[in-house]
Amino acid sequence: MSGEHASERAHAPGREHASGRIIERYAHGGRDLAADEVWAVEAHLEACRVCRDRLSAVVAVQVPAVTSLVGAVWSGLEPRLAVTATMRRGRLQQAWLSRLSRLSRWMTPAMVPWLAMVVAVTLLALLLDLVGVGTGEVSLVLLFAPVLPVLGVAASWARGLDPAYELTASAPRAGLQLVLRRTASVLGVVVPVLLVCGWLTGVMVAQWLLPCLAFTAATLALGGAVGVTRAAVVLAAGWAVLILAPTLATSRTALALRTDGLPAWALLLVLGTGVVIARRGAYSVLRTHR
Amino acid sequence: MITGKEHHMTSAVNAADLAPTPYAWEIQATGLKVRVGRKRMAVDGLDLRLGTGVHGLLGPNGAGKTTLIRTLATVLRPTEGTLVMLGETAGGLGEHRALRRRIGYLPQEFGYYRRFTVREFVEYMAWLKEVPKADIPGAVQRAVERVGLADRADDRMKALSGGMVRRVGIAQAIVNDPTVLLLDEPTVGLDPAQRLRFRELLQELGTDTCVLVSTHLVEDVAAACTDVVLFAEGRLVFQGTPDELAAAGGPEHVGDSPLERGYSALLQKPGQERGSW
Repeated sequence: MSGEHASERAHAPGREHASGRIIERYAHGGRDLAADEVWAVEAHLEACRVCRDRLSAVVAVQVPAVTSLVGAVWSGLEPRLAVTATMRRGRLQQAWLSRLSRLSRWMTPAMVPWLAMVVAVTLLALLLDLVGVGTGEVSLVLLFAPVLPVLGVAASWARGLDPAYELTASAPRAGLQLVLRRTASVLGVVVPVLLVCGWLTGVMVAQWLLPCLAFTAATLALGGAVGVTRAAVVLAAGWAVLILAPTLATSRTALALRTDGLPAWALLLVLGTGVVIARRGAYSVLRTHR
Repeated sequence: MITGKEHHMTSAVNAADLAPTPYAWEIQATGLKVRVGRKRMAVDGLDLRLGTGVHGLLGPNGAGKTTLIRTLATVLRPTEGTLVMLGETAGGLGEHRALRRRIGYLPQEFGYYRRFTVREFVEYMAWLKEVPKADIPGAVQRAVERVGLADRADDRMKALSGGMVRRVGIAQAIVNDPTVLLLDEPTVGLDPAQRLRFRELLQELGTDTCVLVSTHLVEDVAAACTDVVLFAEGRLVFQGTPDELAAAGGPEHVGDSPLERGYSALLQKPGQERGSW
């Protein structure tokens, strides 16, 4: 690019060009020229397209040795150049990769399979709901909604799942902010899926969204004391024993999931959030990441 | 290339660089104890003061080297005693954000994301270390060049050899220009030529950084360290220059070099017989 700029400048009217004699002698190897003349003509050729064209015309006509040498080098180089060109990543792929690395600020690659699993479970529950082979009048989507984000949050801090865990734990950004970022990204994936599922099955939004958020907040609050992953496991197990199992056994929506239970979920959400804010300093300690 | 964009003038030194140092030692531990698991004290009453320079942390397996380094990296909290780093007490509650920003850490088991390129991974680490956004591309390029991976910067991590991965680990540790650099077994997996390059890098870093390198290799210490810290069973056995370590050993001690003889002399001083390993 800068070369073109320079050659445009060289085209400016009134600009001197190298004489035909000098160019001819330069083409023959420059042995008949004084050293300062060679120097000057080379500097001029670098900047002047016109003289470069004149030089190549002279070389093509008068100096077959140079032409064949250039031809040989070029034919040897060309196939290799073609290979490098195809190996270079496409611009689209580059853009996609840079987006991926920006995405890593919100979720680690280790979380992706878990989120995929959470989405798969949701879709399965939806399928069973729609087909109607599930638990009759109880919506499976509603039953699973609260624990799904908790699994994702657990995965985002699990020591065994995240290879860069030790590095993350020593970084200044480790702490509540990063915990919240990853939690938000989990919710960002899970909530839209649940929204579609809830709409398809006709469950009221508040009915699954409140338990879902309350459970997430409770996981983080408990996680501040015993570790996020451990807290998630405890809460998910509690959910399975106290609500999932009785509901599936009796085929009746548990009290907690009916609209009457909503204030209790709201209270849990507020309490959980309060605890998280009060204990925000605790999240940078390794223990809480377990 | 004319881009039409002018470069911003940035001053070469900022206020933080010019501020006087409010501490005498980068790392100062007094009676430091760190419990690992339920009972075992991996670091058991350590008094240690480290300043600028390259400090080699030597010791047998299970001496507590990794625990000590993880504690200094603020990953583990001290159970007892005080640990003052860069003038700030580490180990209490609180986030240690400012302190962590000035620490570089290469863990013994360096985990990474296989699908990331070298540049993406070091960028991600720079982001985690809160390097200012505008400085990240330059800092990443500098770190990658310093470990000699500039030509592989856009390769995926899974395509790298073990030695290269280790060098990425060193690059991520120095990307935030740390004042305290903690390297746990950095030379594992490096071939002899890379090890030489690495020692040069260490010496260069040691001019203005407090570098603590844990290693099994006595020759690493001889070549690159200004100071040796010998550590056994959670306690400090010896601290001094490599020459002083060499002077501690006599011809009757086990080892192929003066340093190795000094090492075995200091570790077997109480006369008790350890296992052959």
